[in-house]
Amino acid sequence: MKSRHLSLQLIAVVVGAFVAVPIIYAVIGGFKDTSQLSTNPFGLPAPWNAGNYADVLGSAGFWRQLGNSIFIALLTTALLVGVSALAAFVLARFTFRGREAIFTLFAVGLMFPFTVAILPLFVMLRTLGLLDSPWGVIFVQAAFGIPVTIIILRGFFRSIPNEIEEAATLDGCTSFAFFWRILLPMARPALATVSVLAVVASWNNFLLPLVVFTDPEWWTIPLGVQQFQGEHGADTSRIMAYLVLAMVPALAFYSLAERHLISGLTAGAMKG
Amino acid sequence: MRRWVTITLFLLPALVLFVLLVLLPTLMAGYLSFFKWNGLGGLPTNYIGLDNYTRLFESDIFYGDLRTMGVIIVLSLLVQLPFSLAIAMLLHQRIRGRAFYRLVFFAPYVLSEAVTAVLFTMIFAPDESGLANAILGVVGLESEWFADESTVLLTLFVVMSWKYFGFHTLLYLAGRQGIPKELTEAAQIDGSTPWQVFRYVTLPLMGPTIRISAFLSVIGTIQLFDLVWILTGGGPSHSSETLAVTMMQFGFKRAQIGYASAISVVMFLLSLVFALWYQRYVMRRDLEGATVQ
Repeated sequence: MKSRHLSLQLIAVVVGAFVAVPIIYAVIGGFKDTSQLSTNPFGLPAPWNAGNYADVLGSAGFWRQLGNSIFIALLTTALLVGVSALAAFVLARFTFRGREAIFTLFAVGLMFPFTVAILPLFVMLRTLGLLDSPWGVIFVQAAFGIPVTIIILRGFFRSIPNEIEEAATLDGCTSFAFFWRILLPMARPALATVSVLAVVASWNNFLLPLVVFTDPEWWTIPLGVQQFQGEHGADTSRIMAYLVLAMVPALAFYSLAERHLISGLTAGAMKG
Repeated sequence: MRRWVTITLFLLPALVLFVLLVLLPTLMAGYLSFFKWNGLGGLPTNYIGLDNYTRLFESDIFYGDLRTMGVIIVLSLLVQLPFSLAIAMLLHQRIRGRAFYRLVFFAPYVLSEAVTAVLFTMIFAPDESGLANAILGVVGLESEWFADESTVLLTLFVVMSWKYFGFHTLLYLAGRQGIPKELTEAAQIDGSTPWQVFRYVTLPLMGPTIRISAFLSVIGTIQLFDLVWILTGGGPSHSSETLAVTMMQFGFKRAQIGYASAISVVMFLLSLVFALWYQRYVMRRDLEGATVQ
């Protein structure tokens, strides 16, 4: 029994190394200079050289990309969760003709991949003058997030007992007041889950910003990382420093929101 | 009457966004695929019927895309998902540091594809500067990885597994935790070996989870873009190209919007046909009796 335990532990360590080594390699590599990297790929840096990290942290580009990513993620999430909560409320708590048809329409959207719509979207955004504007990205990201958000929120809104709504109505609550003052506060866990999903999706989006932003002014972190690699091709250690700093916000967010992210992903997968 | 006003006002914002920015562009891709169009000036006028599709079905690149897709799907289903399942079973045991491992295994999923891709272009650098060659050089297994047609897909698959196995592990872990203890315990008491318990109790009960994870994996591969675009751009000589990459090469880089739209329509139909087939024949058992939420 004991040896079996040890071998299981060993497998976990090996798989953990498979995951962690590339990241650790980049973290340490960022402290070397590029010539050290090729002569001494495994070892610790000698000497430790924080210049790469300092350069990136001192560059305006990095901070601007970080700001853009945060701005776009927050507005996408606010817009997406706002419109989806309103729609999910009606789809969950009202009975009316055509309700299931509308819900099905939204649910079918799960099957509509972003990649199919991207070229027409590019043409549309250009016509509307939304190229090189963060709104072009924000609106589209919010629209594509609607199906999964409505499905999760509707499920949650439905699970809240009717008695609560009846009591609120007796006390003179309008449906909007019930939604705003009672339902939304009760749905806080579900709202947190869908928000975390929206933030991560926005943060990692590459294709849409790639198509929409030609002006570096609006580049987000994924675009910036790719561009940085293009510019500094041979300067591997500097790219590593950039990468590592680009990972920090995502990993920090993950460690804070792990529970919501995981419950959201499993719920999204099971219902999708 | 007030009721209808509420219903309309609440539904409208989501409906408008969704119809305008999801449904309309998707349908528009279908429309554009019948034209020869460089994307400039109002709407396209040069209607060419099915010519874009004929051109696509006569192109070697297209069949190369399907090959890439097939190879990645087979590798995912035969290697990545069983691996994820094994890791989930491992994490289900009470090994020390279980929560920590779960955190680590899932971390790559949170990183963007762009960050992942740039990281691995350096690790799999074709010369001696990359970590992979530094490690494998010791046993004489250097390779040019992404720069070599014979290794590019396998290398891509390693990167995809690094990034996505944690997600599947997580799904399996959730599925495993949903199995009542009594069932596996009863089998143990009846004298089943751990393998028998897994094979005849756990595995069948995890069927629904496994089928969903396989579904997500296949759909994700049909639409694979970000990683390939940054890691290889589809090369060398189209050997790692996917449908979405071909579409962007023609649509975005060469402004052949009509032809690119035809590619995207084919990609859409592939996903759709697969999804309908899968739900009808593979997930049918899971949906029976569960159709009403």
